[in-house]
Parts: sequence; structure tokens; C-alpha cells
Amino acid sequence: MISLVLFFPLAIALILAFLPKYWVRPVALFASILEFLFSLHFVYHFDKSTSALQFVEQVAWIPQFGISYFVGIDGISIWLVILSTFILPIIILASWTSIDDKIKTFHISLFVLLTAMLGSFVAMDAVLFYTFWELSLIPMYLIVGVWGGPRRIYASIKFFIYTMFGSVFMLLALISLMFMAEQQLGQMTSNLLSLYQLNIPYIEGAWGNPQALMFLAFALAFAIKVPMFPVHTWLPDAHTEAPTPGSVILAGVMLKMGTYGFLRFAIPLFPEAVNEFTWFFMFLGVVGIIYGALVAMVQPDIKKLVAYSSVSHMGYVVIGMFALNAYGVTGSIYQMLNHGISTGALFILVGMIYDRTHTRKIADYGGLAKAMPIFTIAFIIITMSSIAVPGTNGFIGEFLILMGTFLSDKAMGVAAVVGVVLGAAYMLWMVKKVFFGEAGKVVKETKLEDLNTRELGIVTILIIMVFWMGIYPKFFLDYTQVSVDHLVENISSYSLEVKVGE
Amino acid sequence: MEKIWIAILLLSPLLGAMINGFRFRSQNYRLAGSIATICVGISFFASVALFSKLLGMPVESRFFNVSFFDWIQVGSLSVPMAFLVDPISIVMMLIITGVGSLIHLFSIGYMSHDERPAKYFSYLNFFIFNMLLLVMGENLLIMFIGWEGVGLCSYLLIGFWFTDKEKAAAGMKAFITNRIGDAGLLLGIFLLFLMVGSLSFSDINSAGLSEDTGWGMLTLALLALFVGATGKSAQIPLYVWLPDAMAGPTPVSALIHAATMVTAGIYMIVRLNPIFILSPNAMFVIALVGALTAFFAASMGILQWDIKKILAYSTVSQLGYMFLALGVGAFTAGIFHVMTHAFFKALMFLGSGSVIHAMHEEQDIRKMGGLKKYMPITHWTFVMGWLAIIGTPFLSGFFSKDEILWMSVHSPRGSWLLWLIGFITAGMTAFYMTRLMTLTFWGKSRVPKDVHPHESPISMTLPLIVLAVLSVFGGWLGVPHGVSSLLPGHIPHLLEVWFGDLIAPIPGLGKANYALEYSLMAMSVLLAAGSAFAAYKLYTEKESLLAAWVQKAKGLHNLVANKYFVDEFYHARIIRPCVEMSKALWEFVDVGFIDKITYIVSNAFQDLAKAVRMTQNGNLQRYALYILAGLFVSLSFVVWG
Amino acid sequence: MLSSIGEIGLNHYLILSAALFCIGMFGVLMRKNALVILMSIELMLNAVNISFVAFSRYQNNLDGFVMVFFVMAVAAAEAAVGLALAVAIFKRFREINIRFFEHLKG
Repeated sequence: MISLVLFFPLAIALILAFLPKYWVRPVALFASILEFLFSLHFVYHFDKSTSALQFVEQVAWIPQFGISYFVGIDGISIWLVILSTFILPIIILASWTSIDDKIKTFHISLFVLLTAMLGSFVAMDAVLFYTFWELSLIPMYLIVGVWGGPRRIYASIKFFIYTMFGSVFMLLALISLMFMAEQQLGQMTSNLLSLYQLNIPYIEGAWGNPQALMFLAFALAFAIKVPMFPVHTWLPDAHTEAPTPGSVILAGVMLKMGTYGFLRFAIPLFPEAVNEFTWFFMFLGVVGIIYGALVAMVQPDIKKLVAYSSVSHMGYVVIGMFALNAYGVTGSIYQMLNHGISTGALFILVGMIYDRTHTRKIADYGGLAKAMPIFTIAFIIITMSSIAVPGTNGFIGEFLILMGTFLSDKAMGVAAVVGVVLGAAYMLWMVKKVFFGEAGKVVKETKLEDLNTRELGIVTILIIMVFWMGIYPKFFLDYTQVSVDHLVENISSYSLEVKVGE
Repeated sequence: MEKIWIAILLLSPLLGAMINGFRFRSQNYRLAGSIATICVGISFFASVALFSKLLGMPVESRFFNVSFFDWIQVGSLSVPMAFLVDPISIVMMLIITGVGSLIHLFSIGYMSHDERPAKYFSYLNFFIFNMLLLVMGENLLIMFIGWEGVGLCSYLLIGFWFTDKEKAAAGMKAFITNRIGDAGLLLGIFLLFLMVGSLSFSDINSAGLSEDTGWGMLTLALLALFVGATGKSAQIPLYVWLPDAMAGPTPVSALIHAATMVTAGIYMIVRLNPIFILSPNAMFVIALVGALTAFFAASMGILQWDIKKILAYSTVSQLGYMFLALGVGAFTAGIFHVMTHAFFKALMFLGSGSVIHAMHEEQDIRKMGGLKKYMPITHWTFVMGWLAIIGTPFLSGFFSKDEILWMSVHSPRGSWLLWLIGFITAGMTAFYMTRLMTLTFWGKSRVPKDVHPHESPISMTLPLIVLAVLSVFGGWLGVPHGVSSLLPGHIPHLLEVWFGDLIAPIPGLGKANYALEYSLMAMSVLLAAGSAFAAYKLYTEKESLLAAWVQKAKGLHNLVANKYFVDEFYHARIIRPCVEMSKALWEFVDVGFIDKITYIVSNAFQDLAKAVRMTQNGNLQRYALYILAGLFVSLSFVVWG
Repeated sequence: MLSSIGEIGLNHYLILSAALFCIGMFGVLMRKNALVILMSIELMLNAVNISFVAFSRYQNNLDGFVMVFFVMAVAAAEAAVGLALAVAIFKRFREINIRFFEHLKG
């Protein structure tokens, strides 16, 4: 089943190439919805009582080096898979009118990107993971570089090189892991389950401490993707220049590949090194939260503001993970989903208003609430989700993260709580400037129409998710609980099994 | 059965909010208002039903604890969506839904000229829902939902007339100031979870925590919770949002910023009183902050000209009294004052709303005066509120305020200093309230020619009358023992009996000295009468004397009239540096440093590439030379290697 | 092998071959005219041929001669292609100076 979900988008991409132009959008939409329904299979048939890998498929790929096509889903990855397939139809709908150039290539890029992202969430083989990880760069690079804003080339190259830079170190560490497997297990392998068994030497304090170096190499790749302070500067540029669907997919799913990487690779593979560096990553996470919020506060451009808010929100995800207790890790996984939905929705909303006015400068707006009341309501609801007002999804994640962090390190917890205040400050400041007050320049000059049915549909779906996840989180948390407990309880000797009978 | 009542109680206002929310464009204020009022009325009815059920239950098991579903379940944290109806919360529920329905009713008339009445009533109903969550939540987290939810509604309602930039800014200020408090509250929640391992009120209160006489973890947790309370209940240093919050429609000020939401902090502390009593230091901080807030807010109220701002500072000051009560361990007195204050302050806010409505949105009391003859009902009901707040004997404010003042001396946690601050504040309260009455209703009319004040419609005066009756008689629910021993027939302190052992006793509380209690009571009544008389005289006949005094104490007058420059201080020392720093971070760290480094790295590679490129200059003969050189080098290895 | 002055031995051939090779190489490296460079390449190839023949003669086997035929064939092909290119380039650019053709630089 995973293979179907994984390669169906690729097949669709191939089919789209041969379709006449006016068929592209409907077929893409239909296929993406179908893909989402396929992926719901996992939700229905998921066994919540085990932390073992499920829906496993394994085929030898390069047996000489022990590399195999090995995919599976557990509690940590299931919602990320669903999030990816959920976002795609929304993106296709959201770009229905805003992208009108080279739509065929655009949709092909989207579907290839989906395969790449799904692949990195389900791959249980390190080399396979790396392949999908790198594959995801190319369509994103195209989406930003072809359909982006005026500085799109700069932004896309910056994005590509930043990510590539980190990945190289990861590849290096990956190869040395495989050699280590040859020494310890008698044969080369990149099977993640075998790699978990490795006893990677950890030499206290020595330079060239193998485990610490490998951890840092992996961590660098993931930190850039997340992005953590101080390697975040590609994100504001990429977000600002990317077209709306690009921003949505970037914020909604791609950033989670970094945090997922931490949870799947960096943390369980290198327990002693994690122990050593936890404070450092927590510190960077807290700095990211506060720094991102402060910088967001002074942005003149709505999209850039949302981009910096992403830095801040992803900081929460990172500190939650490194709290290494059930609250923190669960909150962190939940916050990944929340961020996907609320920040994705913010980008969609910003895109909707940009389509009408062709400006993103906060100073150009004002009094939008009068001109577009429904849009305003939607925007404020999503804002509330973003600043984690209880009853919305954001609260559950943020609360669990803050609590987990506080329980594991009080000083970090207190510092992170400051971010709660700042988060409200920059979002409400923006809402005030854009929606309230007297009608601003563009609001007066443009004849603004409120949301149409298509836009309302997109927004309604997202808002339903916001409330569902905020009011009945148990539905989602039940899936992750066993896996997270297994992770935090066995952090020093993590192992994962394949579910019996598969 | 009670599960259904609770569900109805909670869902009815939510339903009302949704109905009005979906038809937010409707301009039919009567329909929107009726829907909203009926929905809150249903909640009130359900509260009464639950109250009568509680009455019929044995004292020791007088509560309902109803759980609907598991909300969050992670690790050892389990948070059910559970609600607790017990003697403490039912009092709050009755106030919220009772006063709430009156204010809804009043709003129908008040919002009759507004463009978006349905939206207004939707927010108002949503507020009631959140407030009910706050007081009914069985654990800290459910309370927190309501806690932030009411903040959200407050934000939306303060900025209801959002086209005015000032009003939108006031809403934002309220939300962010509250958020600072909420951050503290969150830390308190975490600390309590760390100590107790549960967030349920019953678990926390019965966890058997030991007394913390120093500054240990418990004290820190309680102080963190108190930070949350200072935000929501507008205490020093976070009170600054409440006066600005008067930008919202007046019934909102009555409901949210006087009667209900701002008392959330007091409710939270009373809810957790068994653990608060364990930490004398935390209690002392609460009492001190409360007393100081009462004093300073009252002093600021004296020199305001905006009728709503005076009432706002008065609210801050009265909330200070409540915290003073809590701080000295008089939890019952605190809740008692919450209740009486809800009556008389809601009454006065609605009365001021009636005045403002009649004066065509004029709020400056310098442009009023002599309104008594135009609006008799508003005037007479307002008089009841005035008499109640300044502590006229046997009216509601008298009982509750004097209980607080008495306890601040009598309780071993109290002191004469606290009493003195409270005592002086009582005098100031009488002064500014009389000033308000004099300038608004009595004396010469200064109403501009083109304004024709008129009495408000029955839907607005009816709530005033009901609240006036409550303000006059509400105090008899809590007659102090000292007073009741004087009266024929023993009237018990009903509230104290009702709460029973839900309120922890103050350790080391001695026997009351009735003679002292009477003399203190007499002193405060005399002080109130004296300063009320002084205010009346000063603002009717002796205005020249007043002007001379102002002239003499110019500096002090300036300081107080400008509200001690607190807003300016916050702006200059906290907000501006923060924004400046953020700009600097963006320009110098993000763009100027991190990006610079990436450029330096990428430029270095580019330069290297340029250097290597020099060899590839397209000159064929150069390439041939490289081949030769290569050959030479490799041969030399063979020959000499 | 240099037993007497009058006798011409293998070394003489090899020295001649080396000298011719160096002259050719010098031409390839230094001359600007594409035609001269082509001629110099011929010179280098023929220098190699001389060594082949000389070795073949002194070793008493025919391998060297066989190689020489190959080299001559290659040289002929090279001359044909090279000259054709030179002519085509000249026709296109009116220029035969090799320094002019630096369009392939990176």
C-alpha cells in the first residue's frame, strides 16, 4: 500500500505530461484527492497499540552495499504522511487561478515533490531516505525559480545551496555509518533498523569523537531544513519569492522533513551525543523562538512576517523534541501538524489577498475588515491558531512543548514561554495594521471582492482542521502515543521492530 | 441528569454565538439581541436548576463533577473535558449568567443604532461561554481555555469599532498585556504539575503539599499564578489595559471589564485557596499588590474626566480590594466583594451607558451636569450604585468592603499598614464617585445646546432597576458576625455557610474583637461621608478653592492626572527598546551578519573558481604545454621515483 | 654501440628522432599559424616513425614496420581532417592564427 501511495503521484506526473492543457487542473485535483483517500488507508488500518513499523515493504535495491527499498510507517510518521497528502489538493485548489503560466510543468513538479516528501517520511533505509530528501530539492527549486517573484532566482539558488550544503555532511556521516555497520555487523547495510543496533564509539571530550561528529553532521542537515537559528536566512527569501503554493508546501510539509529527520535519525541513532548536545539545540531553539518573533515584529512585508513566524514556531518544535520526554516529543509532533495547517493557511490567505491587490506591504493595507469581512474572520481564526489560543490546534502543541521543556529544563522553559507573548504581539500587530483602522491605500483604490466559493471551501476545510485538532486532539494523539513513549523510554538504546505478521 | 443541565448551560451561549455569527451581516438588532439574551437566559435557568439541586444535597458531597471526554492524554498527563459545579463555582455561574442576561437585555437598546448588532451579540454570547468554561473547569487547563477565550472575546469587543485605530490598538493592548499574565499562569501550571503530577483542582487541593514559609517552589508557583491574575484582573503592574479597554461598547465594559472577566484572577485564587494559604509570602505579595493597586487606581480615578475611565479606575481599585482580601486569607470576603461589586459596578457601567447613549456618545463629564431631571430612572438607580460603592451602611458594598478592611487587621496575615491603605482608599473612592455623581447628574447643566438628553427605553432601564435592587440588598448574603450580633434575630453569614470547608481556615485566627470592629466600621463610614460631602461641595460651590489647590500642588496634580506616566514609561522603556532591538536584530544579525557570512563563504568559492578558470583560457598551445608538463612530471616519477 | 665513428648505430637514429620530435613539439607549442602547427604534428609523428623503424631494424623483427604503417594511416587521416578544419575555419573567420580561437575557454 505504501508503494501505491508513494508512486501514484509519480505516475500522475507522467500522465499529466501527455494531457492537453485544459485537462491538467481537473485531473491533478482529482488525482490528489484520490491520493489523499489512498493515504487514509493507513489511518484506518493503523495498529495504535504497537510502536513497531507497519505496512512494511522491503525489496533489495543495491544488495552489494546492503541498500534496500524499505518503507514503513509508525506513530511518528503517520500524521506527516497524511499531512503531505492532505496539503496537495488544497494547494492545487489554491493555485487554481493564481498560477497561469506553464501549468503543466507546475503540476508535474507538485506531484514529483509529493512523492519525494512522502518518500522521506516513509523510508526506513538511510540511503533511500537520502535519495528522496535530495529529490525533493529539485521540484521545489523549480517552483520557486520559475513561478516566483522578482528575486526568485536568487531565492531558489540560496535555498538549494543552503540545503545541499547540509546534505553533503549528512551523506558523509551516512557512508561512515555504513562502513561501521560492515565492521560491527559483518556486512554493509543502510537499513535503519540495523543502524539503530550499531554501537557507535563515543569518546568523551576527544576531538574527532566519532559519534558526536556524525550527530553534528546529521543535525546540520536537519537544522538547515527546519530551519534553526542561525541557518535560517534562506527561509524568508524562499518564502517571500515563492508563489503561494510553493510557500504553502514549503512551510506546510518541507520544513517538517528537518524535524522529522531529528526524530527518526539524529536523536535515536546517537544517544550519547544527543545527551551531550541537548542543551545546545534547546538553546538554539529558544533563541530561534524569540529571535524569529522579534524579527517578525518589524517586518514590513506580510509574507516575510509569516516566514519569520515559521522560524519561531519551528523553534518550538525543536525544543519540544530535545526535551526528550513524552510531553515534549508529542507536542513537537503535534506542532509540526499545526504549523503545517496554520502557517499553510496563513500563506494561502496572504496569497488570496495578494491576488487581488498585488502588494504585500503591510503599510499599504488598513481597514480590510470592512471590505472583506469573511476573509477577515478566516484570517483572525487562523491567527488565533497561530498564536495558540486554547480551543485551536496551536494550543495543544505549544502547551505540551512548553510543559515538556519546562519539566526537562526550567530555564529553557521559562525563556520559551516568553515567546508566547511575543507571538501574540507580532501577529496581532499585523492584524491591527492590515484589517483595522481606516481604509488604507490599496483598500481604497482596489475594488475588493470577498472570498469566492472556491476560496471559502479551502479556508473552511482548514478551519475545520484547526478546531478539530484543538478540541479533540485525542484522535490524533492516540496514534502517536505508543511510538513516542517507546522513543523516550528507550532513548539510550533505541530499536524498532517490524510488526509481526507483515 | 446534571450532565444534561451542564451541557445545556455551556452549549446554549455557544449556540447563540454561532447563530448570530453565521448571520453577522444582519442589522436586525431586535432579533439578534433576543436570540442572544434567550440563550444566556437559558444558561441562567440551568444555573438556577443546578443551584437548587446543590441545595438539596448533603453538605459533604455538595458538588457535581462531570466529565464529557478525554481532551489531552499524554504521558502521565491526563486532562478530561470535565466540569465542576460546587458552591464556589455556582456562585460565579449565577453572577455570570444572571448579570450577563441583564446586560444582554440592556445591549439590545444600546446597540440599536449599530451597523453590526448580530456580530456584537455573537461575541457577547461567546464570551459567556468562555467565562463559564473558566469558572466550571475542573482542572487548570479547562480553566485556561476559558481564561484565554475571555481574553480573546475582550480583544474582539474592545476593538469592536475597529475602524477607529485607537480602539483597535486598545484591543491589542488588552490581549498582549493579558498574554504576559497568561505566560505567568502557564509557568504556574507547570510548576504545580511538577509538584502534584496532576492539573485537577481536587487533586491539587488535596495533594497534601506542605507549608512553604520561605520562597520555595510552592511560593514560586503561586506567584506565577498570581502573575496570571494580575494580567486578567488588572493589578499592578499589568493594569494598564483596563482603562484603555473602555474603548469597547459600554455594556461590554459592564459585563467583561467590571462584573465578570476581571474577577477571574480572584476566582482562580479562591479555587486554589487550600494551597495559597500554605504560603504566607505569596499571600503577603498578593495582599500588598492588591492594596497598592487599590490605592493608586483610586488616586488616578480622582482626576479623570471620562465617565467610563473613572469607572474603570474604580474597577481596578475595587479589584485591588479583592486581592487584599485574598492576601490576608479572607477568601470568602473576596468572593463576596466580587459579587457585590458585580452588582453595583455593572449597574453604574450600564447607567453610564444609558447616559452616554442619551448624550449621543459623549463621555466627558465636563459636558454633562444636571442630568437628573432628564433621566430620573438612570439617576436614581445610579444613586443606589453610588451609595453601595462608597459604603453606606447596610447596602451591599458596606458589608463586603468592611469585611475586607476588618479582616486586613484581624487576620494574622494582615497588618495595620494594609488596613490603612485600604482605609484611605475608601475615602478616595467616596470622593471620586461623588465627584462623578455631582458633575454628571447634579449641579448646573453644561450639556451642549444641540444635545437633548432623554431617558432610555424600558429594555435598558429594567436591567438598571434589577441591578439597583441587587446593589441595595445583595449585601445581606454576607452579614458579618459582628453586625448580625447587633441586629434583632441572628442572620448568618450565608456565603460563609454556603462555602463551608471549601475555604481553608486562616491558621491562627483569633477571636474577633467586636468593639474594634465597630469602631473601624464607624471610622470608615465617617470618612466616606466626609469625603463625599467634601467632593460635593468642591464641585458645586467651591470650585475656586479647588482651582487654587490644583494650582498649589501643580506637580502632584500633573503626575496623577497623567496616570503617573506609567503608559509612557512602558512605552519608552519596554516597547520601544524591544522594537528597536528587533530592527537591529533584523538588519545587523540577519541581513548584516548571517547573510554576510554566507556571502563570504560563497564568494570565497567563487574566487577559487575564478583562479582555477584562469588555466582554462582556451589557448590550445597552453593546453599542449600542460600535457607536456604532466608527462614530464609522471615520467620523472618513473625515472627518479 | 658507438664502436667507431664511421659506423652509424641505433643511437644516431634515436638522437635524430628525438631531435625531430622536439622540433615538432616546439612548433606545436610556439607557432601561431594553424597550418604550421599541423605540419609540426606531422613532424612529431614522423620522428616517432623513425624510432620505430630503427628499433625494428636493430631488433630484427617487423613489429615496428607494422606500427609505422598504422601511424602513417593515422597521420594521413589527421592531415585530411585537420586541413579540412583549418580551411573551414579560415573560410568562416578569415583567420588562421591559432590564438584567435579561444572561444572554448571556461
